[in-house]
Amino acid sequence: MKQIKNIYFDYQATTPVDPRVLKKMMPYFGEIYGNPHSRNHSYGWEAEEGVEVAREQVANLIGANPKEIIFTSGATESNNLAIKGVAEFYGDKKNHIITCVTEHKCVLESCRNLDGKGFKITYLPVSSDGLIDLDLLKKEITDKTLLVSIMGVHNEIGVIQPLEKIGQICRENEVFFHTDCAQAIGKIPLDVEKMNIDLMSISGHKIYAPKGVGALYIRRKPRVRISSMISGGGQERGMRSGTLSPALCVGLGEACNIYSQEMEQENKMLSKFKKMMLDGIRKACPDVYLNGSEMSRVPGNLNLSFAYVEGESLMMGIKNLAVSSGSACTSASLEPSYVLKALGVEEELAHTSLRIGFGRFTTENEVKYATKTIVSEVMRLRELSPLWEMAQEGVDISKIKWAHH
Amino acid sequence: MAYSKELLDHYENPKNVGSMDKDSAEVGTGLVGAPACGDVMKLQIKVNKKGVIEDAKFKTFGCGSAIASSSLITEWVKGKNLDEAHSIKNTEIANHLALPPVKIHCSILAEDAIKAAIDDYKKKNRKNR
Repeated sequence: MKQIKNIYFDYQATTPVDPRVLKKMMPYFGEIYGNPHSRNHSYGWEAEEGVEVAREQVANLIGANPKEIIFTSGATESNNLAIKGVAEFYGDKKNHIITCVTEHKCVLESCRNLDGKGFKITYLPVSSDGLIDLDLLKKEITDKTLLVSIMGVHNEIGVIQPLEKIGQICRENEVFFHTDCAQAIGKIPLDVEKMNIDLMSISGHKIYAPKGVGALYIRRKPRVRISSMISGGGQERGMRSGTLSPALCVGLGEACNIYSQEMEQENKMLSKFKKMMLDGIRKACPDVYLNGSEMSRVPGNLNLSFAYVEGESLMMGIKNLAVSSGSACTSASLEPSYVLKALGVEEELAHTSLRIGFGRFTTENEVKYATKTIVSEVMRLRELSPLWEMAQEGVDISKIKWAHH
Repeated sequence: MAYSKELLDHYENPKNVGSMDKDSAEVGTGLVGAPACGDVMKLQIKVNKKGVIEDAKFKTFGCGSAIASSSLITEWVKGKNLDEAHSIKNTEIANHLALPPVKIHCSILAEDAIKAAIDDYKKKNRKNR
């Protein structure tokens, strides 16, 4: 049997480290081994310099001051720190947080954690395009509202929330605005001033830096205070104790630096790939649905429902294409994605969904090959599908009385 | 998670895919599962005058394990009489395909499907007599 090479189409789960990033990191695993917090000798200073350059590179990409950036282990930690940290610091004055039902689990779980500690949490619904309703957001804000946490770009469906408008509403109402931008940074232009963002979570491994590093932007003017979660030597301005890994910080910095120069160019390439695949699939297969807004989305994400073909069997059929059904965090369970449910995607369609992600190292030939493979496998499995057969015969599947298990 | 060779073979080259005339007196049809649960199996048997299953066909919406389970059971029931086919246990399917624990329900569905097809055949032929 001919061995077919595996092709990676899961750039929302994680990305490979860019060789340029790795090259910048390497000295910090070797000759530059000082503790960046050592103030008394050149070993420390050298490591510190690497970290501070990286801090500036991260800040530059989002229009922030380097003093407003602290390094963390990743976006999960950043989201926890932002939400719980603000809640703990201001909790005796205001106790209401607004977030959204389709947020990442680490935001939802952080909020749920506070729910039992005297906080009231409002979960905004989304409309069928995956976006929140700004009027509803305005309506939900009260004089007790401390924080609004809405993500920039969605990990599963790739939709872009209107950050600038949300930021404006928050500022007008003197509410802090936190945004999980793990999937947004480098993919869409971000400007903490223009968008009135007070806290922003950033992840390294979604932008071709290594896993295990992230950052949190915390506004200084007007100042946002947070209580730290980790007690220790008071590193990162007392907000995140623990010795930094200069290599990881440098990696995140360089990844941001690359995006400062190449975002537009990369988005052009990804838009071309997205159009190629979407047009190719739609031309060959009827009854394929794009989940989430078609207009307000990043080009590197396609979340598609292939009606009448169960997602897991499709993944098995295209096994040399690494794609994801639902999000990686929940795909171990047999439940369809909570995100698609929130969009109002019917359960039977949610079971037929795949997330296909393009990125920096995707090639045109790979996109062409994947399109062809997906189309032929969908056709094959539809020939096997009793639902497809019924649909072709004009039977209304929703009218059948199914025995639910 | 690595699937067994048997399972992959039934998924990649499923046996007895297709449909038979559900209105024919010789044909029994079982339709089990639900689209919202992610599994629907349609299994049909064609029974001759001696009460032996001559042919079986299936169509399945579901994961690879569900497709393989239905393909396997259509192979097994051919040549069996109705009582023999009725006594096939889901555990035999699960063992043969080495289904992982989260996929055991696929073999249960296949057992349900063959039972439903036999019931349908019997119901039809009781009326006709």
